[in-house]
Amino acid sequence: MNFMDWYRADRLPTIFCVGCGNGTVINCALTAVSEVGWKREEVVFVSGIGCSSRAPGYIDADSLHTTHGRALAFATGIKLANPDLQLVVFTGDGDLAAIGGNHFIHACRRNVDMTVICMNNQIYGMTGGQGSPTTPRGALSTTTPYGAEEGTFDLTALSIAAGANFAARWTSYHVKELTNAIRAGLETPGFSFIEAAVQCPTGYGRRNRLREPEDMIEFFRTHSMLRQKYDRLLAEGKLVPPDTIVVGEFVRRDRPVLGGKK
Amino acid sequence: MSKISFIQGNIACAEGALAAGCRFFGGYPITPSTEIAEHMAMKLPKVKGTFIQMEDEIGSIAAVIGAAWTGVRAMTATSGPGLSLMMENIGYAVMTETPLVIVDIQRGGPSTGQPTMASQGDMFQCRFGSHGDYSIIALSPATVQEMYEMTAEAFNLADRFRVPVFLMADEIIGHMREKMTLPDTVPVMPVRERTERSTLPFKAEKDGVPGFTPFGKGHHVHVTGLTHDERGYPSTTNPDVHERLVTRLVAKVESTRREIASYDVTNPEAETVFVSYGAPTRAVWQALHDLKDDTVGHFRLKMVWPFPDWVEELFPQAQAYIVPEMNLGLISRELERHVTIPVISVPRLGGALHEPEELIRAVEGAK
Repeated sequence: MNFMDWYRADRLPTIFCVGCGNGTVINCALTAVSEVGWKREEVVFVSGIGCSSRAPGYIDADSLHTTHGRALAFATGIKLANPDLQLVVFTGDGDLAAIGGNHFIHACRRNVDMTVICMNNQIYGMTGGQGSPTTPRGALSTTTPYGAEEGTFDLTALSIAAGANFAARWTSYHVKELTNAIRAGLETPGFSFIEAAVQCPTGYGRRNRLREPEDMIEFFRTHSMLRQKYDRLLAEGKLVPPDTIVVGEFVRRDRPVLGGKK
Repeated sequence: MSKISFIQGNIACAEGALAAGCRFFGGYPITPSTEIAEHMAMKLPKVKGTFIQMEDEIGSIAAVIGAAWTGVRAMTATSGPGLSLMMENIGYAVMTETPLVIVDIQRGGPSTGQPTMASQGDMFQCRFGSHGDYSIIALSPATVQEMYEMTAEAFNLADRFRVPVFLMADEIIGHMREKMTLPDTVPVMPVRERTERSTLPFKAEKDGVPGFTPFGKGHHVHVTGLTHDERGYPSTTNPDVHERLVTRLVAKVESTRREIASYDVTNPEAETVFVSYGAPTRAVWQALHDLKDDTVGHFRLKMVWPFPDWVEELFPQAQAYIVPEMNLGLISRELERHVTIPVISVPRLGGALHEPEELIRAVEGAK
């Protein structure tokens, strides 16, 4: 199956803005699901609320579009009640790290067998561009009109500290790497976390000198650094620019899993 | 062979759920409901069921809704503070027509209030607590036997109407131990599941309820808390779609209120009528026993929501209703909407049950 075969044709086009990165991530995810050979009948797509969370509504399979922040708790119930079902969760930085932060760390701790794809656009897109827990310090948003003052979450590091079996970070520029990472996540038992940095020209870019979609994709290209290189530079005591996006696979391990096939 | 047992109300509730085929419990410890979770934690793994203690009550009800969509009978149990946390997802369950059972062992509120003392302060919260217009079903047990039987029946009602069904008990009934008969089996109604994939999974049948389409069976159903059409697809700006959906969600329950109503009528020709539900029912029973007066009747609600609004047909000679409640008068307010004669509220706060003498004095005062 091709990724296009997974779409609900009667639901297209999506509600995403022109230039949004979410579609790229959905395509990568569906390509990965196709590659591992899962059938529609055995996979459930779950999401919370926000732009990213509209994804399951476009996929022709069982799908649960839940309440803000709670997708992982719903998905935990599905997986434990029927371990034969495969779970893929789409979420965003606001949904996962702000209102859903507690469910996030506990789903990692339980190491529930599911794959979670976080489209991190560093902003609340659906509500018009408010600051989120991943909005960089100094960035402008409608609720940080003088620049964000708070620190940010490193979502991938958080998932590792909380116990996820697999964690990777890529961007919407890295289509092939992102697809492969999602596939590895699908194939790794336990909680797999894939953070995908995505461009939001409407909510984030136009307020932060990255007005055109290609501006942000170019930013991802020029500011991404493989974790191996990042680690080496750190070890050598060299300075790494603070706006670097460290990409790659960060952990793949075998902690005991909750909700594996019975 | 049914067997006679002497057990706690909360344990009877858990046993009733297990007998009804409940195979998923998601919960969070909270007094005075915790024994239900503990008993399910012990028993569910032995029947290939799943128990999970979630990180909070928001997660508990979310996990229960997720589990219910795999086609298993699923429940949670909590008390007032936990119920408050569940409210958003209760609305989600209503909107997505997810069958599930919520047990509320009520304690004194607001806020943390009285964790170990009884109250009936959540009777409006269970009915109106989530945002938007909707309807649910709420049962109110007054005995340990009913903790068992009503919990089992709650699953049948949840499946039939695809709504959350509440067992609105309280600390007294939950923690009380008394004799009960454990039946061999409980009536389990089959779920009306769609057998084939439909392009209109949320198209209702004649009774206003769509056939269920659990995950993993090829239905490719999209479930959303957004206003949706019969395909299950979001349709959030069309006024007609929203009005049609919400009207149906309310009507599928409310239109059957006479059929599903559950109450006891004592002395229908009475002039003074007690109206009770839950624990105060026991004080009313004692008062009636002590009074030995045929002019005093009793309307005892076993199902509080939907409210049986035809009370006056049942007590045509009634001159006054006396409503003892462990709150400042919630259901008495609902009763007032439906009757033309005086409704005397006998509120009780603090956790102690009404004294029968207090109720007898109320009868004398009403005459």
